[in-house]
Amino acid sequence: MQAPLTHRPTLSLAARWNNFQRRYAPYLFISPFFILFAAFGLFPILFSLYLSFQDWQPTTGLGSMKFVGWRNYTDNLTDPTFWQSLKNTLILAVESGIPQHLIAIPLAIAIHTSLRRIQNLVTAVYFLPYITSIVAISVIFFTLFSWQYGAINAALNALHTVPVIGPLFPAEKVNWLGDPGAVQPAIATVIIWRYTGWNTLLYLAGLQAIPRELYEAAQIDGANRWQQFRFITLPLLRPTMFMAVTLSLIGGFQLFEEPFILTNGSGGPGQTGLTTVMYMYRTYTAYSDAGLAAAMVWLLFLVIGVLTLLNNRIFGRSGLAGRD
Amino acid sequence: MTVSTMAAPQPRTKKATVVPLSRWAAYLLLFFGGLLTLAPFFFMFVFATHDRSDIFQLPPPLWFGDNLQENYRNLLERTPFWRNLWNSLYLAVMTTATTLFFCTMGGFGFAMYEFRGREPLFGLLIATMLIPGTLNLVPFALIMQALGWIDTPRALWVPGMASAFGIFLMRQYIGTAIPRELIEAARIDGATEFGIFRRVVLPLTKPAMATLGLVTFVQSWNSFLLPLIIFRSDQTSTAPLALRSLQGIANTDWGALMCGVALTVIPLLILFVIASRQLIAGLTSGALKG
Repeated sequence: MQAPLTHRPTLSLAARWNNFQRRYAPYLFISPFFILFAAFGLFPILFSLYLSFQDWQPTTGLGSMKFVGWRNYTDNLTDPTFWQSLKNTLILAVESGIPQHLIAIPLAIAIHTSLRRIQNLVTAVYFLPYITSIVAISVIFFTLFSWQYGAINAALNALHTVPVIGPLFPAEKVNWLGDPGAVQPAIATVIIWRYTGWNTLLYLAGLQAIPRELYEAAQIDGANRWQQFRFITLPLLRPTMFMAVTLSLIGGFQLFEEPFILTNGSGGPGQTGLTTVMYMYRTYTAYSDAGLAAAMVWLLFLVIGVLTLLNNRIFGRSGLAGRD
Repeated sequence: MTVSTMAAPQPRTKKATVVPLSRWAAYLLLFFGGLLTLAPFFFMFVFATHDRSDIFQLPPPLWFGDNLQENYRNLLERTPFWRNLWNSLYLAVMTTATTLFFCTMGGFGFAMYEFRGREPLFGLLIATMLIPGTLNLVPFALIMQALGWIDTPRALWVPGMASAFGIFLMRQYIGTAIPRELIEAARIDGATEFGIFRRVVLPLTKPAMATLGLVTFVQSWNSFLLPLIIFRSDQTSTAPLALRSLQGIANTDWGALMCGVALTVIPLLILFVIASRQLIAGLTSGALKG
């Protein structure tokens, strides 16, 4: 870009200044992010790695740190509650993650193929849960899931009396937040409710990016609608699926707000609503053990990393960076 | 992969081949799905107008009651709720304003310049998006303690001034929506690089800024775990924290809590009504494609 100027034998001061600032301007423009990341991202991460090998209670001051090697890691790995929290997190991620995508893809297709007039309105409605406060909505669901008087049990029981489809619904009230077996489905419901719209929007974007000529060409070649879906839509939606699933995965493994509010911070009956991040929070604040908490997050990060790699193998191509 | 611009979504031709029956099935699906999506909002506002005994009765109240004033009074008795809403607003506005400025700048840098290290730096930026936010929670709290920023909003908005997602979004938008010739023309007219950013790029990226601004605002407004660690007093805490503290106490006043819930959500709903068209257009076109 600067070629025309540099070929001149002598440069005026102004031209030199122009060249100089043009050369260094981009670094100046992108530097805020990298400075912030270094200070509030990278440094804390390295510090937490360091911390995970120390025995330390935050209340006693920085001087009282003691190197303990891998003990925090072995302590976590031999702690049944840690394993249970990890298992809960995994179950919740699957129970909430898979339905999100199974609902979002047909929904996106339905929106994509429906009349243009209602498209924006419908998308807005489905996106609404994503923009509302997680805490506020978890509080609402807390009341809706109430055992004796909750709207969800009332609705399910009412549906049970409907002929034909009735047997699909329970006749008895489900103790959603009091029964160890029902807590996870309850939490998953809230998450599905909240994030399905977000995923729908992602898939809608993916669908709209597929060139229409492909379908027209396929139609001329005599492909039916199922074949079009199978050989055009699905393969071209793969990068979107990869991104959406990766985001769900990373989000799912960091669940905190929804289970925290729905179980009132307790983890619920039998601790089935205790996620790893909740347990980490408890270890740090209630047990005041910073080293153990730091090691726990690194173990969680390891799990997320492995799963992301696995996801990469299944769906991935270029990943989030994408080729545009 | 094609990239459409945010400003002009690809015009789609109506499909004549859709079977009416399947279209009705799609409508039905969309309608009932929408109903389920909206139901909790409905209950939110209905519950805000009832007292505890009404909320927990069978069947649950399905229409508005007359207890709103009482709930509102109780809410303000238990927490300085307007103060908390103000804290949330202050935090969200500061985060959003700075994020818009720095992310547009970063996006411009990545989209419009050739410079040594551009690709690896952009790769690094993308990689940071994959790092779970919880990874640095404990040291984050310690740093804020060391800086003396506990119980101050800057503990949250200063680290949030620029986001990888925001720069990614802005780079995509600026790269597709602003012609390079325009930048060159400004240079020939003698504008400095920062002048180009301020006079040419900033005004032209408004549509993408609306999207990023709304997403950032909502995220900041909703954040819970970090504020939970940073804010320790009633006066400094944000609206979600106030709701949590209302729920946590032994004898929860559900009416007051619901009133607080509604007050926390209403600003977001208003913002969404104003900006939803822009947001959806921004998110569905170009910006987020994998």
